[in-house]
Amino acid sequence: MSASRRTYRRNILWNAALIHRLSGIGLAIFLPLHFLVLGLAIEGAGRLNGFLRLTQMPAVEFAEAGLIFLLVVHFLGGLRLLAIENLPWFGGQKWIATAIAAVSGCAAFVFLVRVL
Amino acid sequence: MSEAVSTLKVSLWRGGSDGRFKTYTVPLKANQTVLDIVTWVQRHLDPTLSYRFACRVGMCGSCAMTVNGRPRWTCRTHVTKVIQNGMLEVAPLANMPVIKDLAADMRPFFEKWVAAHGTFAASKTRTDAIEPIKPDEPARRAADEAIECINCGACYAACDTVRWNPDYLGPAALNRAWSLVNDVRDSDRTSRLAAISAEGGCHNCHSHQSCQEHCPQSLNPTRSIAGLKRLSMQAFVRGEINA
Ligand code: SF4
Ligand code: SF4
Ligand code: FES
Repeated sequence: MSASRRTYRRNILWNAALIHRLSGIGLAIFLPLHFLVLGLAIEGAGRLNGFLRLTQMPAVEFAEAGLIFLLVVHFLGGLRLLAIENLPWFGGQKWIATAIAAVSGCAAFVFLVRVL
Repeated sequence: MSEAVSTLKVSLWRGGSDGRFKTYTVPLKANQTVLDIVTWVQRHLDPTLSYRFACRVGMCGSCAMTVNGRPRWTCRTHVTKVIQNGMLEVAPLANMPVIKDLAADMRPFFEKWVAAHGTFAASKTRTDAIEPIKPDEPARRAADEAIECINCGACYAACDTVRWNPDYLGPAALNRAWSLVNDVRDSDRTSRLAAISAEGGCHNCHSHQSCQEHCPQSLNPTRSIAGLKRLSMQAFVRGEINA
């Protein structure tokens, strides 16, 4: 009913939680595909080569950069949560969450620059 | 009383959970709180407006409402700091049933407080000698850091885990339990740990920190719940509580 705008969610840490959840879902979808490709490599070089040609397409490379972002942001975000729950409390959580997003973005960007 | 300089349009929730927002025009004054605005509407425009408050100085925790989409203690929230595009929208606290207008039904909130064994259980009687408590002992510090809760429910209204799982005990009740498990005078530690480890307990928390973000007392329920998760695991490994 009320609070249709849910502005309580407009803060860095809520968005960090959202990104962590979405990146987790994204990885859960991607990882089976990843193993499927590895399976192709075991089955035969021809099929793998066909697939690898596909991965040279710019659109696919952009998607891969996105996956790198998901992987790094989920990994580092997970470390932050583990630290929150298992170490004595430390401040600066918003700063850390922002830095994690920035580092993940940089990692994806570096990947893109190298492959394009 | 300072002079009215301009007016403000304020939307207040009217009715039960199937109600709607109604807009009122109120004078905007200096140093006005959101609670002042609500009170002005009730005194001057509609005496049937229902809302809850008591102390007006941030001690009793009864005045929390949803202000422009965020849970806040209205008696200590200055209107000028929270107006958005000249608008103020006030609704009852989220994640609780609505009684009427701006009054939320806090019974589920307090029932969970009880379910989390939020009551101090004395380990001594009045005939025993008073136990000396050193204020700088780590356990006492942990208890003190969590103790200033005024039961306002702002954290509970901001917690999406409560929104998604109505059985979740929520940040305030768990924060209280953390205060008590760190109190060396309390005798209910093991059964309290069992209660907060059961379904709907501390392990449901996703460490979003929305509770910490919105607590008007600057408490940190996320830290308290993380502490409970650790104690709960330790008690389980030792065989003191069951899964
Ligand atoms: S940290 Fe836990 S209690 Fe606090 S808002 Fe998040 S899920 Fe709720
Ligand atoms: S922990 Fe903070 S926000 Fe939650 S009920 Fe207590 S005072 Fe209110
Ligand atoms: S009226 Fe008591 S805290 Fe606001």
